[in-house]
Amino acid sequence: MNDEFPRRREHFPVGLAHLGLETVEREIPADEPPALGPNAGLRQIGKNAPRWDARAKVTGAARYTVDVSLPGMLHAAVLRSPWPHARLRSIDLSRAAAAPGVHAALTVAEPPVSGKPIVLRYVGQPVAAVAAETPALAQAALQLIDVRYEPLPFVTDPDRAKQADAPAVYRKPELDKVPSAGLPASAAVYPLSGNVLGPESRNSRGDVATGFAEAAVVVDGTYRTQVQTHCCMEPHAIVASWHEDGLDVWMSTQFTAGVRVQLARHFGLPLSRVRVQVQAMGGGFGSKSQMGVYGRTAVSLSRLAGAPVRLVYRRDEEHMDSGNRPSSEQHLRIGARSDGTLTAISLHSHGSAGIAFGAAPGGIASALYPCPNMESLHYDVFTNAGPSCAMRGPGNTQGAFALEQSIDELAEKLALDPIVLRDRIDPSPVHREERRMGAERIGWSQRRAPASDPGPLKRGVGMAQSLWPANVQINTACEVRLWRDGSVEVLSSVQDIGTGVGTVLAQVVAEELGLEPAAIRVRIGDTEFPSGPPSYGSRTTASITPPARTAAWRVKEAFFRTIASAWQVDAHTLIVQDGSIQVRNDPQRRISWQEAAAALRTDRISATAGRADDYAGFRYRSGDAAMALNDLGGAQFAEVEVDTESGVIRVLRVVAVHDCGRPINPRQIESQVQGGVLMGISYALMEERILDSHTGWMLNPNFVDYKVLGPQDAPEIDVVLLENYQGFSASDAYGISEPANIATAAAIANAVYNAIGVRIRSLPMTPAAVLQALGLVPGGRH
Amino acid sequence: MANEHRKEDAAAAGRIAGPAPLPIVLRVNGETRELMVEPRTTLAEALRGPLGLTGTKIACNHGVCSACTVWLDDLAVASCSVLAIEVGERRITTIEGLAGQDRLHPVQAAFIDYDAVQCGFCTPGLVMSCAALLARNPRPDRKEIETAISGHLCRCGTYPHVVQAMLALGTREEPDLE
Repeated sequence: MNDEFPRRREHFPVGLAHLGLETVEREIPADEPPALGPNAGLRQIGKNAPRWDARAKVTGAARYTVDVSLPGMLHAAVLRSPWPHARLRSIDLSRAAAAPGVHAALTVAEPPVSGKPIVLRYVGQPVAAVAAETPALAQAALQLIDVRYEPLPFVTDPDRAKQADAPAVYRKPELDKVPSAGLPASAAVYPLSGNVLGPESRNSRGDVATGFAEAAVVVDGTYRTQVQTHCCMEPHAIVASWHEDGLDVWMSTQFTAGVRVQLARHFGLPLSRVRVQVQAMGGGFGSKSQMGVYGRTAVSLSRLAGAPVRLVYRRDEEHMDSGNRPSSEQHLRIGARSDGTLTAISLHSHGSAGIAFGAAPGGIASALYPCPNMESLHYDVFTNAGPSCAMRGPGNTQGAFALEQSIDELAEKLALDPIVLRDRIDPSPVHREERRMGAERIGWSQRRAPASDPGPLKRGVGMAQSLWPANVQINTACEVRLWRDGSVEVLSSVQDIGTGVGTVLAQVVAEELGLEPAAIRVRIGDTEFPSGPPSYGSRTTASITPPARTAAWRVKEAFFRTIASAWQVDAHTLIVQDGSIQVRNDPQRRISWQEAAAALRTDRISATAGRADDYAGFRYRSGDAAMALNDLGGAQFAEVEVDTESGVIRVLRVVAVHDCGRPINPRQIESQVQGGVLMGISYALMEERILDSHTGWMLNPNFVDYKVLGPQDAPEIDVVLLENYQGFSASDAYGISEPANIATAAAIANAVYNAIGVRIRSLPMTPAAVLQALGLVPGGRH
Repeated sequence: MANEHRKEDAAAAGRIAGPAPLPIVLRVNGETRELMVEPRTTLAEALRGPLGLTGTKIACNHGVCSACTVWLDDLAVASCSVLAIEVGERRITTIEGLAGQDRLHPVQAAFIDYDAVQCGFCTPGLVMSCAALLARNPRPDRKEIETAISGHLCRCGTYPHVVQAMLALGTREEPDLE
């Protein structure tokens, strides 16, 4: 063995708990804690500890970024482009800067290359910003900015943008400046023809012509998905304070540590002088992962004004310019033999991320059902619209809508039950079990032929499978401290954006130390603490809980060594239980946690642990990011009722069966799965950003005209969690947020087909879309 | 010339900024508070700004999402759609004043027990609407609960747990914690 990195063998439980567990032996680093048994034998992990910050949130005491107020704080406002495409002829800030109460004014838009003219490419793009003593004075000063625009031809509709004679959003040399909504980082690696960038063909393999020639059955369809906006309840918000010692930032962010790195780089500051904090955080869903234009604007204004600056977006700014889920148009063909074996998958997609790129419909069509021949060609279509960014299950949510309807269609052509077909072509035993359990709960065996109801109200049942990589952030650390009075803290820059990761940290540390979660003080959301992971990619729990347990275990080991040496026993014979420490099998040798801590030589014992590699290795690793060997899954079932006279779809019931490795707090996971399902229903039936093709303006930048699902539209949601042990890390826990959102729209679409016998291949499935699909009103793309 | 411009600009900015602040008195959470507000200041802005009661949240600022819900006397209202100067003698109750120091209203306790909270930004508003419902109807059924909270938006999707928490309160069942 390698002496430099000593290792030892441990025996881990593996398998699905409700089906019976087996044991696997793995070699792990010697400084990692012993294998954790299944939840059934644990005291804190796997239990529903109350959310750590729930009391603060229900009493209004929780402090969000929008609640931060500093002495002398100024308020910023942003001047935005009224044109979808324009050259900035001139801008004069002097009158605005001299206006009453104004302390700073600056141009925010940047030229593509320094010295070249600034080009604005969407309505709502930030042009300039001011900081003033009140929000009203800042707003007033915007009107004193003298700007001259030279409007340029523009295009907002992706279908029009694809045409050869459409106005060009970019020219080739500008491509390396295009913001990325996904992977890879630079658009410049792809060919550009007009507004069409690509193809990107990472997932292609084999030969589809041969594959389709071998097929007994082929399904072929075109699926369209709309642009969805994130609609975080707390808007994008930052309070920036530039001072002589450096920069302090409070920000509603999904990644304190990452924003700190971006700010330090952008403003030429050492990391040691940049601090980013977030206490309570009012939702991100992918849109609050970066420093962003709003971030650099507030910091620049603070530097210029010599005072703290607060910048909070209005709701219309949120809709127009804080990110969105890109649209997609997916032409999907799947070929299969008569027994269901897949022979070829061809996915030709276009998608528009506005002025950004990265609108590909994910890897789900390539990864969910193995197929030797895959042709995946994706093209990004630039339009004069606000840039997309990641949104809950980016790519796969759009991709699942097409794939899972096509698989159902294939099953029908093969005269197979949709679940039987999936069981044949999906090698994952976990997915199979998810489908079995979901089918039982929803009453799949009672499912009828399409359009069986004779009356105008028609009910149907459908399902879809979810898939998402089990992401891990390698650059993750966590500290645990034990103080001389016996109190314990857990510290990391990781932020709780509503997922409940703070609760989970307290449970993991409490489990290891034999304490109650309420006894653990959780200190997170501050880059003064060891760097935590981002809250995106469903990677937070998977990244932070192993080092939290490892740090707690190392503190315990050090603590035990001090006690063992006083008692002259072997430290390995000590155990902790119910707040006291004793020699195993010798209750006479016993001391309370507090008494033992009081005897520490120094005020505290502290240990900081980093995220070790998964014990069985990773499937993929690049920089700070890695993927575990197995994906995250989930099967969702929906029962719907379609009113064929009004076109209204009601979702009556959803069954969501999910796997996130070892569940740490089942109730919080249930909350998050319900949230994913509800966001999925909202995406399926209601939400759509609508741009006026004549002006480039968003027509529904508010909560009246942009419909988000409300309480009366929420169905009964039955969440079923698997306990899936894999022996991969010190906690063996993985994420849940995104898999919970990916399959919902597809499951509803399959249920709608089962109800009315007509397939709706376009989102959102509004009443108008349903009536068009039924041929009752003209129009539509069905 | 430049001076001329400056005067005009100040006048223009003044017009946009609106009339100057004036003194008003509000009865908030059992206290009488004096403050200065511009006539266009909403109750939500007055609570969060000069009164420092930031538990009330502004999420849409156009009366659609109900995150800013407070009580005027016994009525739950969207405080972003009420001007501070028109409140007059009415008693204002905010999330901070719902239960009193170090105590929880039963709705708050139930929200904790049933994890009816995720990011929590819409939560104070939901709690205020649910508490108002309970005051006029101690045993609401599912339909009545859904109607009472129908104006609230929660992007995290806490609705099912909110309804569960309220149903449990109505039936006075012991919370099912495991």
